[in-house]
Amino acid sequence: MIISIASGKGGTGKTTVATNLALSLKGDVNLLDCDVEEPNAHLFIKPTIDKVETVSTFVPKIDDAKCNLCRKCTDICRFSALAVAGNSLLVFPEMCHSCEGCLEVCPEGAISASTRELGVLESGHCGDLGFYSGRIRVGEAMSPPLIKKVRTKEREREITIIDAPPGTSCPVIAAMKGSDFVLMVTEPTPFGLHDLKLAVEAVKVLGIPSGLVINRSDMGDNGVKEYAKQENIPVFLEIPFERKIAEAYSRGIPIVEAFPAWAITFRTLYEKIEQYSADLKES
Amino acid sequence: MIRELVIVSGKGGTGKTSVTASFAALAGNSVLCDADVDAADLHLLMAPVVKETHAFMGGSIAFIRGDDCVECGRCLELCKFKAISDEFVIDAFSCEGCGVCVDLCPEGAIDFTVQQCGEWYKSETRFGPMVHARLGIAEENSGKLVSLVRQETKKLAEARDCDLILTDGPPGIGCPVIASIGGATALVIVVEPTVSGLHDMQRVAQLAVHFKVPGLVCVNKFDLNLDMTEKIEGFATEHNMELVGRIPFDPIFTEAMIQGKSVLEHAPESDAGLALLDVWRKIQSSPSMNTMGIKDFSAVIQ
Repeated sequence: MIISIASGKGGTGKTTVATNLALSLKGDVNLLDCDVEEPNAHLFIKPTIDKVETVSTFVPKIDDAKCNLCRKCTDICRFSALAVAGNSLLVFPEMCHSCEGCLEVCPEGAISASTRELGVLESGHCGDLGFYSGRIRVGEAMSPPLIKKVRTKEREREITIIDAPPGTSCPVIAAMKGSDFVLMVTEPTPFGLHDLKLAVEAVKVLGIPSGLVINRSDMGDNGVKEYAKQENIPVFLEIPFERKIAEAYSRGIPIVEAFPAWAITFRTLYEKIEQYSADLKES
Repeated sequence: MIRELVIVSGKGGTGKTSVTASFAALAGNSVLCDADVDAADLHLLMAPVVKETHAFMGGSIAFIRGDDCVECGRCLELCKFKAISDEFVIDAFSCEGCGVCVDLCPEGAIDFTVQQCGEWYKSETRFGPMVHARLGIAEENSGKLVSLVRQETKKLAEARDCDLILTDGPPGIGCPVIASIGGATALVIVVEPTVSGLHDMQRVAQLAVHFKVPGLVCVNKFDLNLDMTEKIEGFATEHNMELVGRIPFDPIFTEAMIQGKSVLEHAPESDAGLALLDVWRKIQSSPSMNTMGIKDFSAVIQ
């Protein structure tokens, strides 16, 4: 079972739910932090990191001695990563999307493969929990390939929890696509509702079943609940605002560590997701 | 000279949009720009009346014409994004829009049509004009749309003879954030006093260094963790970022949002309202915002 934790709006509690759920489950569990721009799960899990590997992507390298400026490469490149200026061919590695079209079409063999660092993949564990986290290099714009690299680890265990980035565009899709269930975390405010609707649309486009956690459930209005009812999205858990929880969070202490009784709540959350998914499959 | 203040945070949900709306109320005469095209929320507080709607044409996506395809398999070899199935159907979510299969299909059986990836709008609000956008669900090219929205905001500011742009930025440090901050006059980094807030702010600060944009730091909900607030302010000072004040944790933010108003309109005399006023005054008198056209890179974050 692969569960992605998503939200649309940022700061609603994705990481809180992902980390507490992962820490509460007994057994064969992996946690994947796919919010590679701002990964935070490690701040709460405090894993032992066993391995850090650099993740790179293809960029072209030009052999000026062989290049005759025929421009076949600049013609095929849709991303303006290659340009002829005066008597030389220039590469703009940050613009490259690694399609390798230039490598394919160069008739002179003047282009070879080089790399650009996208970021790192950290692998580790916290007790029995497996932990993987992607971290994009500052200044790097292309996150989906790094997210996909983190997700190569998802079939290693029985349960995989994915902490997704906020939003609804390509990085979020890369983090959710192919998962079995999307657990959406929202807050009951106009911003929370507006962005939840976008997230629900994205999940529908992907055809993945979803459910809802309402965080800070007593700070806002009824909009989110009414919408959930109308759209037939199950609300699996409501977490009321408690200053004690917010303060523990601010220090990097998971809820289940500060208040161990919450572990039962998070295990129940998982059971509800499992039951709901099983019922859906049957019908 | 037009100055552009971009409100960012690294971490989502720290209060960027509420802070931007309050600045708009205080500035009176500014042009607003919502650069969070992926999950835009500023319009919920600004109630913009849309005057112009424009289509945003993003990249192209490949489409195999079944009738002309001879299933030679060349496209499968070429595609680095595993976007083509064994049945020769292209998955639009996986297609990167590189066009390599289109150019090199021996049968010329692949179409490459430009996609409409969203819309952008020119609107009027009670605080002045606003440019905003909506990126389609699951679309790419958010950076391109952000750049477009910022360019249009600048044109509008010039046309209206307005010298201040307030830009509500997206969360993170990736493609849309990079597109939001290049060439800005200064960034306001809204941070919450949590381990995540500090961690994420450090990364957005590194990005600001990369693009040589000065950063002003404001801690929101500062009283949730005073130690962390001091740590954040210490980091900011060490890295040559100016501190522009603290805002207390206050449910008035949520109340104002429910009313569709900025905190400054809803409760100007509240603690949060007064704190926001103080932050705004500090920003206005900040050297970063008053360079008189001189770029002083010694004042840039280090």
